[in-house]
Amino acid sequence: MDRKVLRSFSFWYFVVATALLYLPILLLMVFSFNDSTSLTFPLSGFTLRWYERLFQSGELLRSVWNSVAVGVASSLVATALGTMIAIAVVRYNFPGRGVVVAVAAMPLVIPYVVLGVALLIAFSQVNIPLSLWTVTAGHVVINIPLVVLIVAARLIGMEPNLEEAAMDLGATYWGTLFRVTLPIAFPAMVAAFLTSFTTSFDEFALAFFLVGPEPTLPVYIFSQLRYPSRLPIVVALAALIMVASVLLIVFAEWLRRYGQQPSRPAEATGRVAERLEPRPLRSAGGVS
Amino acid sequence: MENRQRLTILMVPPGLWLLLLFLVPLGVMALYSFRPAAPDAHAARLTLDNYREFFANTAYQRLLLRSLWIASLVAAVSVVLAYPLAYFLAFRAGPWRVTLLTILIVPAWTSYLLRILSWRLILGSNGILNSALISLGLREEAAPILLYSQAAVTVTLIYVWIPFVALPIFASLERINKSLLEAAADLGCPPWQAFLRVTLPLSMPGVLAGFFFAFIPTVGEYVTPLLVGGSQGIMYGNVIQDQFLRGLNWPLGSAMSLVMLVVVFVLMAIALRFVRLRELVEV
Repeated sequence: MDRKVLRSFSFWYFVVATALLYLPILLLMVFSFNDSTSLTFPLSGFTLRWYERLFQSGELLRSVWNSVAVGVASSLVATALGTMIAIAVVRYNFPGRGVVVAVAAMPLVIPYVVLGVALLIAFSQVNIPLSLWTVTAGHVVINIPLVVLIVAARLIGMEPNLEEAAMDLGATYWGTLFRVTLPIAFPAMVAAFLTSFTTSFDEFALAFFLVGPEPTLPVYIFSQLRYPSRLPIVVALAALIMVASVLLIVFAEWLRRYGQQPSRPAEATGRVAERLEPRPLRSAGGVS
Repeated sequence: MENRQRLTILMVPPGLWLLLLFLVPLGVMALYSFRPAAPDAHAARLTLDNYREFFANTAYQRLLLRSLWIASLVAAVSVVLAYPLAYFLAFRAGPWRVTLLTILIVPAWTSYLLRILSWRLILGSNGILNSALISLGLREEAAPILLYSQAAVTVTLIYVWIPFVALPIFASLERINKSLLEAAADLGCPPWQAFLRVTLPLSMPGVLAGFFFAFIPTVGEYVTPLLVGGSQGIMYGNVIQDQFLRGLNWPLGSAMSLVMLVVVFVLMAIALRFVRLRELVEV
């Protein structure tokens, strides 16, 4: 970056604001090595004891495992369902396409407390007991919009000629889908999966309503916040999770950009928006 | 005809999922809000009692107004604080923009509960803010600053949302055709005016999207008030949560949820007169 930038107000604002965003997180990291049960200053010496205790706490590790299972299951389902919606709305023009887009995006604009309450009532009406499955079902709903957006952006950036060429050369529609379209969309699908996973893994507000006797990690953390002596262990776990999620995010970002033309992400999202506007498409035909 | 079959195969599984686990539950909740309250909750008659109770009890309405006020404040301040970040990334960061954007987003993806907890460490009586003030001689005894108040909830939520709000603003700034700014400069427009008359209006879709990204979850927020709000910082979401997990008055809770949903949708409809839905769906 040139000197002019380094002297600009916006650069220093960015530096200071980002530092402030990281400060609370770094604070937690520091306390995870602090030799005291109270999370207060002054610090009282270095220890790895919390990390040791962390790996001895069966309940906690179990909740981590529960969250991983819920995250993987809900993200797999959401990625499959969301990709289907993305292909349908990008490649087909059909009556009600606007409605499909609106419904698929709607979980983004509904407060989680409302969604949680609605699902809680619905499950109780049909006597489905609350469990990790009900949490998973809820997480699929909130992950679908994320998947649709990420995968649709990729499909719009892709040349429809490739699919037409495959079919001209004798491939069936489904053969083309599985051997041309999906491989090209694959990096976006993996990125969508990872984004969904991080969302689900950290989700509390919805899970709190839908969880049964087995807690997910955020639900477990919430229950531990009442016992100050357990906090340092939770904080140590948080430190580990933060490092892991940073790695996941960097990987997901890299995948999202992998193979995309050097166009800027914003242009791609602009194109998503254009294509999602209800208007006749030039190729791929409407429903006849 | 073939197209219709393929489309059916593509749309039926996700359509069913969204219907059965999203639209139907919202409908069931709406129906539930017309059921009689707790004791004879399984009676099949419909009633407006829950709504009567809601509108008779000014405490509920005051809480809803307070939540809407906090959400507007949080969203507005987040937008103001996030705008320069997005501006820097879009116009000044050059080849570094992707790396710096990722750095900005990372805190947003780390455990939400623990980021809120960390604010308790900062604002608490032995927290860093207090320790710093005491060692600087600006304060004599340790006492929680801000903690367990509406202000603590507001500050914490602004902190939580800034990265999310910066994203759509960044996207809309990036889409601005830079030659427009050059044209403004060529025509003798000072940079500050070019910002007010070109850049800012063109970034309004991103600003509104960012506003709602923060506003919608904050209206229904109940977790942050539980952790840092204390009895003073309670929000509307806490009362809903109480009706379901403690008060056990599900019909009233449903009515309250539905009222909130309608309010959120009405506010969004008003905002969407200025920006189309697709702008909210981006990023």
